[in-house]
Amino acid sequence: MSSLFEPLLVTVLLVNMFVLGASRLRSVIGASAVQGVCLGILAVTAHGELSFEVIGIALAAVAIKAVVIPRLLYKAMRDVAIVRDVEPLIGLIPSLVIGALGTVFAVVFSGTLPFAGVHEGSLVLPSSFATVLTGCIVLTTRRKAITQVVGYLILENGIFILGLSLLDAMPFLVEAGVLLDLVVGIFVMAIILNHVSREFASTDAAELAELKE
Amino acid sequence: MLLALVLLPIAMGAVALVVPSARVRAWLVPIGAVLHAALTVAVVIWPPPPMFDRWLALGPLGRLIVPILSGQFLVCAFYVPAYLAARPERPTRVFCACLLALSGTMSLVAVSHHLGLMWVGIETSTLASAPLIYFYRTPRSLEAVWKYLLIGSVGIAFALYGSFFLASSALHGGHESSLLFEDLVRNAPHLSKPWLHAAFVILLVGYGTKIGLAPMHTWKPDVYGEAPAVVGAVLAGGVATCALTALMRFVQICNAAGDGEFARSLLIVFGLLSIGVAAAFMIRQRDYKRMLAYSSVEHMGIIVFGLGVGGLATYGALLHILNNSFGKGVLFMTTGNLHRGYGSRLTADVSGALHRFPASAALFLAGFFAITGSPPFGLFLSELAIVRGAFAAGNYVGAVLFLALLATVFIGMGAVVIRVVQGPRAADVKREREPLLTILPAACCLALVLVLGIYVPPWLDALLRDAAAFVEMQP
Repeated sequence: MSSLFEPLLVTVLLVNMFVLGASRLRSVIGASAVQGVCLGILAVTAHGELSFEVIGIALAAVAIKAVVIPRLLYKAMRDVAIVRDVEPLIGLIPSLVIGALGTVFAVVFSGTLPFAGVHEGSLVLPSSFATVLTGCIVLTTRRKAITQVVGYLILENGIFILGLSLLDAMPFLVEAGVLLDLVVGIFVMAIILNHVSREFASTDAAELAELKE
Repeated sequence: MLLALVLLPIAMGAVALVVPSARVRAWLVPIGAVLHAALTVAVVIWPPPPMFDRWLALGPLGRLIVPILSGQFLVCAFYVPAYLAARPERPTRVFCACLLALSGTMSLVAVSHHLGLMWVGIETSTLASAPLIYFYRTPRSLEAVWKYLLIGSVGIAFALYGSFFLASSALHGGHESSLLFEDLVRNAPHLSKPWLHAAFVILLVGYGTKIGLAPMHTWKPDVYGEAPAVVGAVLAGGVATCALTALMRFVQICNAAGDGEFARSLLIVFGLLSIGVAAAFMIRQRDYKRMLAYSSVEHMGIIVFGLGVGGLATYGALLHILNNSFGKGVLFMTTGNLHRGYGSRLTADVSGALHRFPASAALFLAGFFAITGSPPFGLFLSELAIVRGAFAAGNYVGAVLFLALLATVFIGMGAVVIRVVQGPRAADVKREREPLLTILPAACCLALVLVLGIYVPPWLDALLRDAAAFVEMQP
C-alpha cells in the first residue's frame, strides 16, 4: 500500500462535501469525474505488486467514471438544454450538514467492525460508507433527473472503494460491480434520447410525479 | 444442462429480434417457454452435475424455485400472442425478446450458487424488464420505468454493497475467501459476526427493494399499474420470487452461522410492516391494477414473515411462493382483459364487468378469493401453515397481528373487486367476445391454485420439505 492511499481517500471525502455544497450542475458532474480518477489511482496504489487484473480495473474505472459518463452527462446537458443550477429540494447548507453528520456516523460505525490485514485502521470503510451516504443524499434531495444520476454515480463510487479492499481476494465480485456503470449509461441514454425532456418539457424529476396515491 | 436453462430463452429472445413476422414472433414466447419447461422437468427429475466449479448448481432451493419460475412463465407465455394480437399498433420486437431474456436471467438467479453471479442475475433481470414496462410509450409508463430503474438500481447497488460486506465477513473471519454459497454456509460459524450483521441488514434493504417490501415498495404500484398485464404477472410471480430466493440464501447463511435469531427478528418486522402498509393502501383504492401491486407487497410481506417465524412457517412460506406466483397470474391476466375492454383502470369506470366479460370477471372474482387465502384455495393452506408456525414458535402477538391485517386486506380488496365484478352497470351493456387464449391461461393458474389447496402431491411435499430444511440449516 503506497503513501498516496490515505490522502486519496481524504480527497474522495472532500469531493463528497464539494458535491453537496455545489450549486452548478457542471461542477457536480466534474466532481464526480475527479472521484473517478481518485478511484482509479486508489485501485493501483492499494496493492503492492501490479497485476494485469488490477491495472485493468483501474483503467476501466477511470475510463468509465471519469471520461465516458461525465462526457455523456455534459452531452445530455447540452442536447436537452438543461438549466445549469442543481435545484436542491433542501438548501445547500442543510445538505452539507447532513453530509457531515453522515460522515461522522460512517466513522463511528466503521469503528465497530473489525478490520484485519493490510487495511487495518485505514479509512477504507469510513470513506466508502460516507460516500454511499452522500450519494443517497444527492439522490433524494435533488430535483433534476440528471442530478439523481450523478447521485447514483457517487453512491456507486462508495461501493467501489469497499470493493478495493476485496480486490485481491475476490476480483470477480468487484468486476461484476462494473456492470453497475451500465445502468448509469442507460439512465443517461434515456435522458439523451430525449424522452424525459420531450414528454415532460424538462428533465425535472418532480415532473415525474403523475403516479401517486 | 443448467447453462441451457439460462441460455435457451436468451437465444430464443435473439431469434425473436430477427424474425420479421409479428405473429410468428409472438408465438416464439410460448414456444420458448415450453422448451424451458421441458428442460426444467428434465433437470428436476435427473439432477445435472454442477458446472463451472460449482458456480452453477441445482440445490434443494433451486429444485423448488426453478419449476415455479418456469411453470408460471409457461402459463403467462400463452397469454402473450392474444395480448399482442389485441394491440396490433404496438411494436413487439423488443417486447418479445426482453420477455424471453427475462426468463433466462430469472433462471440464472435460481441456479447460480455464487454470490456475485446471483447478483449479476438480479441486475440483468432488472435491465431486461425495463423495456417491458415501457411497452405503451406513454408519459406515465416512462415515469414508471424511470422509478423502476432508479429505485431498483439503488436496491441493486445496496445488494452489491451487502455482498461486499459478506465477502469482508468471510475475509476478516480469517479463512479461505470463497463466495460459493456451499463454502459460505459451511464456514458460516467462522464468519466475522459484526460484518455478517451489517451485511444482512444491507442485503435485506437491497434485495428487499427488489422484492418490494415496505418501506422500499414505492416503485411497485406505479410499475405494476403501468406495465402490460402479462409483464405484471411475470414481475409479481417471477422477478419477486427471484429476489426472495436471493434473500433466502442469506437467511440460510445467518441460520448456519448460529445467528438466525438476528435475521429473523428483522424479517418479522419487515414482513408485518409490509402487510400493514399494503392493507392501509388497499382500503378505498380506486385503481384496480394498483390494488394488485399492494396485494403483491402484502404477499411478499406474508412470505418474509413466514421465513422470519421459521419452523413450520418456513414450509408455509415456500408453499406460499408457489401459490402467490400462480394466484397473481390469475389476477393480472384477468385485469389485463378488463383494462383492454373498458380502457380504464379506475373502479369509477369499470363496474358490473360480469355482464360484459363474464369469463374474465368470474375468474377475477375467484382469483380474489384465492389470493386472500379463502379455502379451498392453496393460499389458505400456506397461510394456515405460517400462522400455525407462529403460534408454535410462541409468537402470539405476531400471529394475531398477522391475522388481523389479513382480514383488513380481505375487506379492502373485496370492496374493490366486488364493485368491478358486480357493481352497477349501464342498461345497454351487451356481452362481448373473449378470445379463448385470454381466458385459458388465467383459468389454468386458478385450477392449479385450487388443486394445491386440496391436494399437495407427495413429490411436491418432498421438494418443499427439502428446501425448508435447507433454508433452516442449523450450525
